[in-house]
Amino acid sequence: MSDLKSGSNLEKVLRAGHFALTGECGPPKGANLEHLKEKFSHLKGVVDAVNVTDNQTAVVRMSSWAASAVMIQNGVEPNFQMVCRDRNRLAMQSDILGAYAMGVRNMLCLSGDHQTFGNHPQAKNVYDIDSMQLISLVKKMRDEGKFLNDEDIDVPPKMFIGAASNPFADPFEFRVYRLAMKIAAGADFIQTQCIYNMEKFRAFMKMAVDMGLHEKAYILAGITPMKSVGMAQYMAKSVPGMDVPESLIKRLRGAGKGKVAEEGIQFAIEQIQEFKEMKGIAGIHLMAIEWEHKVPEIAERAGLLPRPKV
Amino acid sequence: MRLSYPSNVKVIQVPCTGRVDIIHLLKAVEDGADAVYVAGCMEGECHFLVGNLKAKKRVQYVKKVLQELGIEPERVEMFNLSAGEGPRFAEIAREMVDRAKALGPSPVKMKKAA
Amino acid sequence: MIIADRKPVGELLEMVKDCNRILILGCKGCVTVCNVGGTKEVGVLASILKIARKKEGRPLQVDEKTIERQCDPEYIAQVKDMVGQYDAVISMACGVGPQFLSEAYPDQRFFPAVNTTSFGGAVSHGIWAERCAGCGTCLIHHFDGMCPIARCSKSLLHGPCGGSAKGKCEISKEVDCIWDMIVKKKMEKGRLEDLTKMKPNKDWRTARDGGPRKSVREELVQ
Repeated sequence: MSDLKSGSNLEKVLRAGHFALTGECGPPKGANLEHLKEKFSHLKGVVDAVNVTDNQTAVVRMSSWAASAVMIQNGVEPNFQMVCRDRNRLAMQSDILGAYAMGVRNMLCLSGDHQTFGNHPQAKNVYDIDSMQLISLVKKMRDEGKFLNDEDIDVPPKMFIGAASNPFADPFEFRVYRLAMKIAAGADFIQTQCIYNMEKFRAFMKMAVDMGLHEKAYILAGITPMKSVGMAQYMAKSVPGMDVPESLIKRLRGAGKGKVAEEGIQFAIEQIQEFKEMKGIAGIHLMAIEWEHKVPEIAERAGLLPRPKV
Repeated sequence: MRLSYPSNVKVIQVPCTGRVDIIHLLKAVEDGADAVYVAGCMEGECHFLVGNLKAKKRVQYVKKVLQELGIEPERVEMFNLSAGEGPRFAEIAREMVDRAKALGPSPVKMKKAA
Repeated sequence: MIIADRKPVGELLEMVKDCNRILILGCKGCVTVCNVGGTKEVGVLASILKIARKKEGRPLQVDEKTIERQCDPEYIAQVKDMVGQYDAVISMACGVGPQFLSEAYPDQRFFPAVNTTSFGGAVSHGIWAERCAGCGTCLIHHFDGMCPIARCSKSLLHGPCGGSAKGKCEISKEVDCIWDMIVKKKMEKGRLEDLTKMKPNKDWRTARDGGPRKSVREELVQ
């Protein structure tokens, strides 16, 4: 295998041509290590890497880099997330060095939900640089070994760089260009927002493949299994940039009382089967939020286990 | 028409209620009026097109201010009637006088030193 | 112009609670244009404060005056003989007014009647919206006449983010997504390429982040 950028498990799995599987874990709203360990214990050995969210939806939780370090200490590979909302370029570069020193090798660069969504809406907005510039920053630190100001870094961080893509936000025609920009800026892998509108996603992927983006970066399709009709309706109405077709809500309702969660899992498994064959898709990003214990079952039923050892 | 309406209503004539501004309503309250109301044309029939709609918004503004100050917003009101409706004019006058009586004297009347 | 909104009456009454005579000083500049601190509004506020204090049984004498602007020493000087006669002065100008007055008349207390918010303009009668954040390095020519620093909730230079839906910002359906507008305009004019080029990181030194700013016209300084 030619030079790896970071040597992370996720990178090796993707480089070897395997269909990757990543999971997600939100750190606790406190310093509760036991709770954190319990959460990601379900994912150990079941996924290639675990996303660690960064004050997701602007709700304060244990910092992503700290939770990532705990994961490494417990034999699980983290995908350290950093949002642009809470820190300026000094803190960003500083945290990247710290995370790398603690063993983190994958990093996801995100804008971050605006603080009005969260539990501290009065906070000052940072957004010193945006997600596109953050991707470029991490690439500069890794490949040039330099800080943003061109000073040399004393042991540069070799991160496998990730970015998010939301094919369902507006304007639709522009989303694939934005994806192309993130890849050009330095993104090695992409995780999409969770997908429910398969038709729209197929159209998006066709554009991405036509532009050759799948050859420049690994694209992982995002999946979040629906647990209930209420969840589907909430996501359809109240989460900006989320596209939940009426047909799915009808399907869930039709499953009958007590069987909706199973129907949601069924749908997710069908999606996984289609993504396995879809051109341009290198893997799945499974976000079973607060449902981590279901991930082993879903991975098993979707034929994604055992995970490859690279 | 020679209809009677209570003598404690002081009428100030304006060419259009659009001429009535926030300051006029506030001054009335400031000077101790127990209630003040604006009587304009029916909506859609303003001779100057939208004067009565402007007056309506201004009355709403003053109601909000009074509420903030802990004064009953009902002391200020907007009514719409057509120029020929004499009996309705008298009826409104009686309604507001009754309302002022029910609300009691304006809390803004100068309190006499003890 | 500078946009401001009047402070709640309760807050203003609290400011002058130990006063018996005050002056309300209006401004014929921006605050007149956005109908919050001109002659008319000075009159309205004076009446409101008098009503409130009469109700309390502690009448307040309120005088009114409106000057051309409160951001030039020549106009501030015009009230030299007035300001000392009051227990306090309420300025209805933007944040600049009370500060210029305080500096010129250090023995008097000047209170702000308005909360100054932003630089903007009238979008329709009675509604003013923010357009400029005063970042000190204007880039609107890159974005077809629109400013993402002021008008994107996240000040993105490579938007829109994943929360843009139906032309609205994720924070509220009342807020337009400026990036949706920029992208659509670029696509319409065949200039989409402009957006695919990376923009350099913003230099915030020219913004308030770099410290309070001063503008000097060398050719005018005496």
